[in-house]
Amino acid sequence: MTDILSTLTMYFQYPFVRRALVVGVLIAFCASLLGVTLVLKRFSFIGDGLSHVAFGIMCVAAIMHMTNDMLLILPVTIACAVFLLHGGNRVKMKGDAAIAMMSVSALAIGYLLMNVFSASANVSGDVCTTLFGSTSILALTNSQVWLSIFLSIFVVFVYILFYNKIFAVTFDETFSAATGLNVKKYNLLIAVVIAVIIVLAMKLVGSLLISALIIFPALSAMRVFKNYRSVIICSSILSVICAAFGILMAVVAGTPVGSTIVAVDLAAFWVACVIGGIRHA
Amino acid sequence: MALFSCENVTLGYGNEPVLKDLSFHIDEGDYLCIVGENGSGKTTLMKTCLGLLHPLSGRISLGDGLKATEIGYLPQQTTIQRDFPASCKEIVQSGCLNRCGWRPFYSKDDKHRAIENIERMGITHLAKRCYSELSGGQQQRVLLARALCATQKILLLDEPVAGLDSNVTEEMYALIQQLNSDGITIMMITHDMQAAIQHATHILDIGRQPAFFGTPKDYQSIDLCIPHQEVHA
Repeated sequence: MTDILSTLTMYFQYPFVRRALVVGVLIAFCASLLGVTLVLKRFSFIGDGLSHVAFGIMCVAAIMHMTNDMLLILPVTIACAVFLLHGGNRVKMKGDAAIAMMSVSALAIGYLLMNVFSASANVSGDVCTTLFGSTSILALTNSQVWLSIFLSIFVVFVYILFYNKIFAVTFDETFSAATGLNVKKYNLLIAVVIAVIIVLAMKLVGSLLISALIIFPALSAMRVFKNYRSVIICSSILSVICAAFGILMAVVAGTPVGSTIVAVDLAAFWVACVIGGIRHA
Repeated sequence: MALFSCENVTLGYGNEPVLKDLSFHIDEGDYLCIVGENGSGKTTLMKTCLGLLHPLSGRISLGDGLKATEIGYLPQQTTIQRDFPASCKEIVQSGCLNRCGWRPFYSKDDKHRAIENIERMGITHLAKRCYSELSGGQQQRVLLARALCATQKILLLDEPVAGLDSNVTEEMYALIQQLNSDGITIMMITHDMQAAIQHATHILDIGRQPAFFGTPKDYQSIDLCIPHQEVHA
């Protein structure tokens, strides 16, 4: 135990560990907030689809040697999110098929471009990093940390400001629209915020594991609590604890950060299942 | 002036009309039942009345200072709601959102209104319970309380007794009757012809060509000539 503590104290002297912890906790917090809405709206898979889109664009940014790839990734991912969530009803194709198509195409084309145009000696290593986020969280720059902090504050601010409206739109779109709420506008808002979170979360767990960050805390909280506010609060607390614990464990044990966080989330889900089973037996 | 009136309205999606040339009106305190087979456009009519769809032609107008957002609506239940983690109070409160505008949170007045309507529906003991764990009849009462938070004048009910057993159905009708006696105008879609004739002051049958609009008494007199099949969804 003292060994682990002294190792942790040693690692905490490195700024990259502190940065990773701050960014990780913030992203996990934001992801869990919107996760509840996504799970309840039956849109769990959108996180997955969008993250693959973000991967594809990141590859494009990489071969174009963009210094700040966020400038390209963020707007394109937001556009895709708007297309999937907002225009979804008008498109002839069914929502899930559109997501599946968009996500595999982006994945395939991204990898293809990386292979054809990349000047890097270790293409598969680069791809693995982007997919599983194995090292990128530990290589954050100060400006990226500030960007994450700024965007997280934006997400939390928007969520609190529109909390009641997001609840109403999630629970019953028709009733909300009938009583004069602009449902389309709120769906658009949700789409934009989700895209922002996914682009942020890609640094943390990589694009393959983002869904876990979004849906696990929500699902765990829904096992235990049965009213909306408790679910939201529990989900964000749980997500923050799991992310912090996962990052620390990864640092100490030398495991990949993303997969460790997801493993911790999964364990927390099982615990929540047991607690839920006892509470509602 | 009528609280709500439709003049020569044609309804439908895109360019395909579902209902043609429909005219009817509701005065304050009326109890209108809309009947007709499945697919005759009852829900389409209600969505158009709510302003969710635009009529292809004709005119829908609101009178007596009724605003389009002040209509209480009881929709059919969706699959999303079946496992939704929300307490009854949270759901009823969301009916007050049309009064909030840009205000992000509920005022004291809104919260008070929600509690009042929960009491009115006789579900105070369920206020903190999870909506998805309630029985069908209790859930309808929660949604009715939410609709009452949104309006003081008119309620649009889309098959409020669908899926309820006969005892609960009777209770539901009694509750709606009570609201009507309290001065709330009712517009209800139903498959239950008997209940419609028993409770309503007006009947609109859009299954017929042309559509029938009048009192239950007139309806029964023409009903004797053409036997009408009851349809249960």
